[in-house]
Amino acid sequence: MADGFDSRHGGQGASRRAFLKGSVAAVGGAAAVAAGAAAAAEGDPLILEVQEWASGLGDGVDAVPYGMPIRFESDVIRRHVEWLTADPRSSVNFTPIHALDGTITPQGCAFERHHSGAIELSKQDYRLMINGLVERPLVFTYWDLERFPRENHVYFCECAANTGMEWKGAQLNGAQFTHGMIHNMEYTGVPLRILLEEAGVKPEGSWIYVEGHDASSNGRSIPMEKALDDVLVAFKANGEALRKEHGYPVRLVVPGWEGNMWVKWLRRVEVTDGPVESREETSKYTDLLANGIARKWTWVMDAKSVITSPSPQSPILHGPGPLVITGLAWSGHGAITRVDVSLDGGVSWQQARLAQPGQPKALTRFYLEIDWDGSEMFLQSRAMDETGYVQPTKDELRAIRGTNSIYHNNGIQTWWVKPNGEAENVEVS
Amino acid sequence: GHAEGRYGLGRPATPDEIAAWDVNVMPDGRGLPPGSGSVEDGEVLFADNCAVCHGDFAEGVDRWPPLAGGIGTLTEERPHKTVGSYWPYLSTAWDYVHRSMPFGAAQTLSPDEVYAIVAYILYSNDLVDSDFVLSDENFLDVEMPNANGFIVDDRPETEYPLFRREPCMSGCKDGPVEVTMRAVVLDVTPEQAEARQARETQAA
Repeated sequence: MADGFDSRHGGQGASRRAFLKGSVAAVGGAAAVAAGAAAAAEGDPLILEVQEWASGLGDGVDAVPYGMPIRFESDVIRRHVEWLTADPRSSVNFTPIHALDGTITPQGCAFERHHSGAIELSKQDYRLMINGLVERPLVFTYWDLERFPRENHVYFCECAANTGMEWKGAQLNGAQFTHGMIHNMEYTGVPLRILLEEAGVKPEGSWIYVEGHDASSNGRSIPMEKALDDVLVAFKANGEALRKEHGYPVRLVVPGWEGNMWVKWLRRVEVTDGPVESREETSKYTDLLANGIARKWTWVMDAKSVITSPSPQSPILHGPGPLVITGLAWSGHGAITRVDVSLDGGVSWQQARLAQPGQPKALTRFYLEIDWDGSEMFLQSRAMDETGYVQPTKDELRAIRGTNSIYHNNGIQTWWVKPNGEAENVEVS
Repeated sequence: GHAEGRYGLGRPATPDEIAAWDVNVMPDGRGLPPGSGSVEDGEVLFADNCAVCHGDFAEGVDRWPPLAGGIGTLTEERPHKTVGSYWPYLSTAWDYVHRSMPFGAAQTLSPDEVYAIVAYILYSNDLVDSDFVLSDENFLDVEMPNANGFIVDDRPETEYPLFRREPCMSGCKDGPVEVTMRAVVLDVTPEQAEARQARETQAA
C-alpha cells in the first residue's frame, strides 16, 4: 500500500524537518512559533522553493482501493494496556479520542472489547434465532434482515468500565486511556421491535436474553420495555458494514446503555419471563458498593465529558495566545444540553460552545476558545443533560459508592496544564 | 408457517436448532439438563481442563480469575470476588462453564462434566464436602453465600436527585486547588514513541 505505516521519515518531509531544526535552537511549544517567525523573516522555503508535490505527480486513483490514513497520522491508533488483563483475547483497547475531532469515530480506530477474541463470521454462515416466549420461533439469514424496514441513528457505545481504572486515583496518563473505551457511529439496522413482532411476543414475555455467536456468548438480559423502545439490530456503521471486531455482520445497538449489552455477532434473542442472571450481569457488570452490597442492572451510562485537547497526549505546542479547548460530552439519558469548562480546577466555570445541538445518547463536541497567558491551568469539563443531571466530581461519586465499583465512573476529569504546555492526569483538592 | 408474521420473513426454528443454541440456565434451575457429577471427578477434570489458568485449587494463576476464596472480603480495601464470595446464583456458574469454558475450547464439556467441575468449584470454596455430588435434582439446595448481596440499580433514588441541581459557576471552592494525585507518579501508561515523535516533529 502506498501509505505504509512503517516509514516515518523520508522524501521531502525529512529535508523540511532538517531545515526547521537547523534554523531554531529552541525546543518545545515555543519552537513552532519561533520557526514560523524565522521562516517568515527570511522567506519560507516551503513557499519560495518549488516543492516536489507542486511539480511531480501524486498517486494514481488505482493505487489504493480502500485507503488508510496518511502515514503522518500513524499515532492516531488504538492502544492496548497490557497489564490490564490476562489475555488480549479477553481484553480491551482504546480509541485515540485525544486526536479526533467532531463526533463520528473512524471505525478503524474505534475501541474493541472482546471476551473470546474478534471472530470471523461470514454473511453466508450468519444466522439469527428468535425463540422462547414467542408465537413463532424464527431463524433469519443475514439477507432476511436486509429486507426489513431500516432506521439510521447515531449513538455512543461506552464500555461500562470506561474510566474504571481511575476509581482509586489518577492512574493512566492520557484521555485515550482514561476515557477511550468509547465510540460513536451512525448505525443502520432494523429495530429489534420489528423482529420481535415478526415472531410474536407472548404476553408473559417480559425480558429478552441476547447472546453472540462467539465462544464467550456475552449473554445479557434486557427488559422488554427497552427491547421494544430503541434497540437496533445493526448491520452497517458509518455507512459501511460493521468491522469484524465490532460484530460483523450483525450487532445489537442498545442506545444509552453500557457497552457490554451491545452484543456483537448477535446470534439469538430469547424472550423470557425473567432475567437469566448470566455471568455478564452477576460476576461482571455489577457494581460493588463500600458496604459490600453490589448494584446490579446498572444499564444506563450517566452524563459524562472529557477535554480531549489539551490533554496529556495532546499538549499545547504553540505557546501562549489563542487556544482551542475541546472535548466530548454524552449522556445515556438523552441529549447533552450544556457543557461548562473550568480552567482553575473547579473554582469557577464558564459555558462552552456546543458544535451542534446535543443529540440523544450520542457524543456531543464542545469548544471553548481562550487566550492562554501561559500560566498553569487545571482544566475540567462538566456535562449537563436534558434531565437536568449535572456530571458529578469523582469525590461525590466515591462518597456514595466507595472505590471498588469498577464500572460507571463518570466523574469530572482534571488535566494539569503546565506553563510549558504539557498536560497531566491529576486529581485536585 | 412463517407467513403469520407481518413481513413473512425468516423461517420456523426447529426444535433441534433451538435445543442446540438455547442452553442458558435460569436462577431457578430451568434449562439444566439431567445429569450429575462428583467433587472427586471434578478435581480430575479441573486439573486437566482448568487448573493451568485457574490454579489447582481454583485460586487463580497470574492475572487469570480466581474462582475460590475471598468469602467475607467484599467490604475490604481490596475485595476478593469469586464464585464463592460474590456470585449470587449457582446457575450462572453452571451456564458459563458449560457455554464458554475452557477459554479457547468452549462447548467441549458434557453436562456431567460440568456438574462435576461446578461441584469441585463449590468444594474449593468450602461450600460442600469432598463426597458431594451435584445434580439437576439437588442444584437449588446449594446455598450461595452472597445470594442476597445485590440490589437493583438505585441511582434514581441515591444519586439523580443529588446531581440534578443548579451547578455552581463561581467561588465553588475555597482558595486555589492543589494537586492530590498524579498519574505520572505511577508511570503505568504504555510508552507512546510514535506520539512523542509526532509531537517533536511538530515542535522542531
